[in-house]
Amino acid sequence: MSLSSRHLIGLFGVPKDDIQNILDTAVTFREVLERPIKRVPTLQGKTIVNLFFESSTRTRISFELAQKRLSADVINFSASTSSTKKGETFKDTVRNIEAMKVDMIVVRHESSGVPQFLTRISKANIINAGDGRHEHPTQGLLDMFSIREKLGKLDGLKVCIIGDIAHSRVALSNIYGLKTMGAQVSLCGPPTMIPRGIEMLGVKIYHDINKAIAENDVLNILRIQLERDAGTTIPSLREYHNYFGVTSERLEKYNPNILILHPGPINRGVEISSEVADGPYQIILDQVTNGVAVRMAVLYLLGTMN
Amino acid sequence: MKIKAKIIDKDGIRRTITRLAHEILEKNKGLNNLVLIGVRTRGEFIAHRLREKISEIDGSEPAFGILDVTLYRDDFRRRLKQPEVSVTNITCDLNDKDIILIDDVLYTGRTVRGALDALMDLGRPNTIQLCVLVDRGHRELPIKADFIGKNIPTSINEEIKVKLAELDGEDSVYLIESPEEEED
Repeated sequence: MSLSSRHLIGLFGVPKDDIQNILDTAVTFREVLERPIKRVPTLQGKTIVNLFFESSTRTRISFELAQKRLSADVINFSASTSSTKKGETFKDTVRNIEAMKVDMIVVRHESSGVPQFLTRISKANIINAGDGRHEHPTQGLLDMFSIREKLGKLDGLKVCIIGDIAHSRVALSNIYGLKTMGAQVSLCGPPTMIPRGIEMLGVKIYHDINKAIAENDVLNILRIQLERDAGTTIPSLREYHNYFGVTSERLEKYNPNILILHPGPINRGVEISSEVADGPYQIILDQVTNGVAVRMAVLYLLGTMN
Repeated sequence: MKIKAKIIDKDGIRRTITRLAHEILEKNKGLNNLVLIGVRTRGEFIAHRLREKISEIDGSEPAFGILDVTLYRDDFRRRLKQPEVSVTNITCDLNDKDIILIDDVLYTGRTVRGALDALMDLGRPNTIQLCVLVDRGHRELPIKADFIGKNIPTSINEEIKVKLAELDGEDSVYLIESPEEEED
């Protein structure tokens, strides 16, 4: 079964069947990652460019590994070493890269909407690896895959996303994807971090972390952006930790059966305590492993489409 | 889809599996080093039956695994429909083993080519032997089966349809005219 779109820009509007298909296909690739030779010849002869205009370690390595494990030819491009520094426009850069005959482009950019724009100026399959405050669809997919792998389903689960929702593309992809799959999504954080009107997406809002822990099956904890947030949206990191930090005392008291996700990188002692980050509730490193499998599934489904 | 003839019936399939089990045991002098690997989808169920039969004859069960060759196909660019992948499930070590690769129909040989590549990525077997329920000819690659249930000479416009109780509710092999889609 083929996906209904030849690009992956976001999870907004992606039909349930497509998400199901990607998650099911990722199970196959999860098995490939356990083999002694973690490589299959499926995308042999396909050329994929990773266009990263914003710094990234995890996502870029994860995509690159996924591509190499499917035997694709991979080119990495980062903005700091490119001729955009020399004054070339974004559009010209992309046109030039495309003239070298590439099949797929994975793009990350600090501005929302860049991947969408790329679909208009390029014939390649476009995959969004995070654009501004818009979406990060493969992160949303790998979070769903990890929850489903652990709890066996998504339908009917209660998932709460905690932290800086306003600046988070991970939050939006999670909201769209999880709601499509039948989960109930809620958000938790100080009012300065929760955009006004977001209830219109059909999500519940908590300002009390204890209540959020008590009433949900899964917590997806977002990173507090140390470089940006302290002093603007929150008074201090310590205050954030006191009011919204996920600690083992809170989990034990309010919901010892909860499942903890975090997209990384984690700030120990801010949004999550070290004990929780290393403890039995979390599947943070499973998420990283699953990320490669989910990205292989997306690359496979888009790359072998006719 | 028009059925031209029923070539093997339920009893025929049972007797064929019995004979194949004996042949595999005879050629490999027992099952100490054997691993049966069924190719998804129907090869898996034929492999199950062979395993049962072999353990009935010999008293102990050979090692067993299931292989999905979708990721090793060579026709992604030529097919209209995207093939669905499923999971390979081989938990035993394949190094230095004698592998019996099992499928329902041998046709162009391209599935077997993919399966060989897939097996090589999982280890370095001592031998790989091919066992099929039906060989219908028209090979496009230099591949032949070691154990054959039945040779059925076909024309290119015909198709062999193997039906198994586990999936299709009956055990039989049909010769069919003008297939709806290419299958190998």
